[in-house]
Amino acid sequence: MNRDTRRSRVLLALLLVTSVVLVVIDNRSEGSSPLDGLRSAAAAVFGPVEQVAAAIASPVSDAVDSVSRLGEDGDELDRLRKRNEELTRRLRTSELDRQRAAELDGLLRVAGAGRYEVVPARVIAIGAAQTFSWTVTIDAGTRDGIHPDMTVLNGDGLVGRVKTAGPSTATVLLAVDPDSSVGVRLESSMEVGFTTGQGIEDDGALDLRLLDGQSTVARGDRMVTFGSQGDTPYVPGVPVGVVRSVQGSPGSQTRTAVVAPYVDFTSLDLVGVVVQPPRTDPRDAVLPPKPSTTPQPTVTVTVAPPQEGSR
Amino acid sequence: MTGLYAPRVALAALLVVVALALQVTLLSRLPLPGATPDLVLLVVVGLALSGGPAAGLLTGFGAGLAVDLAPPADHQIGRWAFVLTLVGYLAGLARAETRRSAFVPLAVVAAAGAGSVLLYAALGALLEDPNITWAAVNRLLPTAVVYDVVLSAFAVPAIIALAKRTEPDGSPR
Repeated sequence: MNRDTRRSRVLLALLLVTSVVLVVIDNRSEGSSPLDGLRSAAAAVFGPVEQVAAAIASPVSDAVDSVSRLGEDGDELDRLRKRNEELTRRLRTSELDRQRAAELDGLLRVAGAGRYEVVPARVIAIGAAQTFSWTVTIDAGTRDGIHPDMTVLNGDGLVGRVKTAGPSTATVLLAVDPDSSVGVRLESSMEVGFTTGQGIEDDGALDLRLLDGQSTVARGDRMVTFGSQGDTPYVPGVPVGVVRSVQGSPGSQTRTAVVAPYVDFTSLDLVGVVVQPPRTDPRDAVLPPKPSTTPQPTVTVTVAPPQEGSR
Repeated sequence: MTGLYAPRVALAALLVVVALALQVTLLSRLPLPGATPDLVLLVVVGLALSGGPAAGLLTGFGAGLAVDLAPPADHQIGRWAFVLTLVGYLAGLARAETRRSAFVPLAVVAAAGAGSVLLYAALGALLEDPNITWAAVNRLLPTAVVYDVVLSAFAVPAIIALAKRTEPDGSPR
């Protein structure tokens, strides 16, 4: 067993072949794979393990989060440096609570404005960068009414869609994943196009392709989801992002642009899964208010409470 | 002679599950540029360095399958199993060399860190995974090696020490 014997070489060949066979069976381009059962069984086992691990790890990651968030504001950091250690620690804690409350407020605003019925969930695990895909695990699953191909959003806008759901956890494919393609509609010109993820390099920019090559698109144009057929995987009206730069000239086959998403994909925490799409398309109602005007929205909150035992 | 000594298997399974849980809930959340420190890879390398090629490839296959299956994994099942089986086997071959110098484990970890990213990306390219681009590989490769080597300075000696305690012929104490 300890040395490189013929037996261990046979074993090596056997396991490598097994891996390749698994890859080939699971390599489906569309629809379901024969190994999906295995995947959801694994989610049923590993999901609770990850929930426990996330609960244990959260003080550490919260501390890192709060420190890095404080670093974003130079003035506040300078001010804090002058205070003593105890005060700094207290401030970090309250800062984090405030962030959480603000995230929940944002989610309620989006859910209310769009009349989406959402199930709130927290991100408990993030896929390692070495897998080259942008997916996260959330702590809500089929027991909370979550199923594959549901839209996931947060207070800022579109996060992604549910890829697979286990009993108590679900895997979300983020909109920045190159495998993710979202139909969008520009707010100003009503033009329709698709955004594709580019990974998180370049600040998580999305690529936008407009279907009509003649259409006009300008920097600062905002967009919402167009809505998929039957509202899966994307419900209509969810804010996606703002055009950052435009490429190509009018008249080419398709127009492309770079879009800055509303959602900060590097610090996802609280998200909502749309379990009930709106009865009518909310159009642009969910886009954040324009800075110049001060609208008075009448918000109807239809957030479903988390079910018992969902955590 | 069988080698599948129960305490050793239990230790390997426990280490893989703990490493995987820490990796997706904590290490991948750290605001580090580029790669995620690959604790699962270090468990495979550590157990291979203490147990040899057969122990390494068995641990690698099990750990790889766990990485392929545990949420939020979304790639084809078997990709990491293939990569880590090979990494575990090759790291196990370096077992005899570890007595020669303390730098051998570090060199093995560096090679395993770079090799695993490259092999995983190569498999992805064969499968026409749209996420595999030269830019993405270039961005991950240097940081993956650096993080893995730094983390291994703490993790690998601890894993080898734990594995020694479960040796069939060692004193259980």
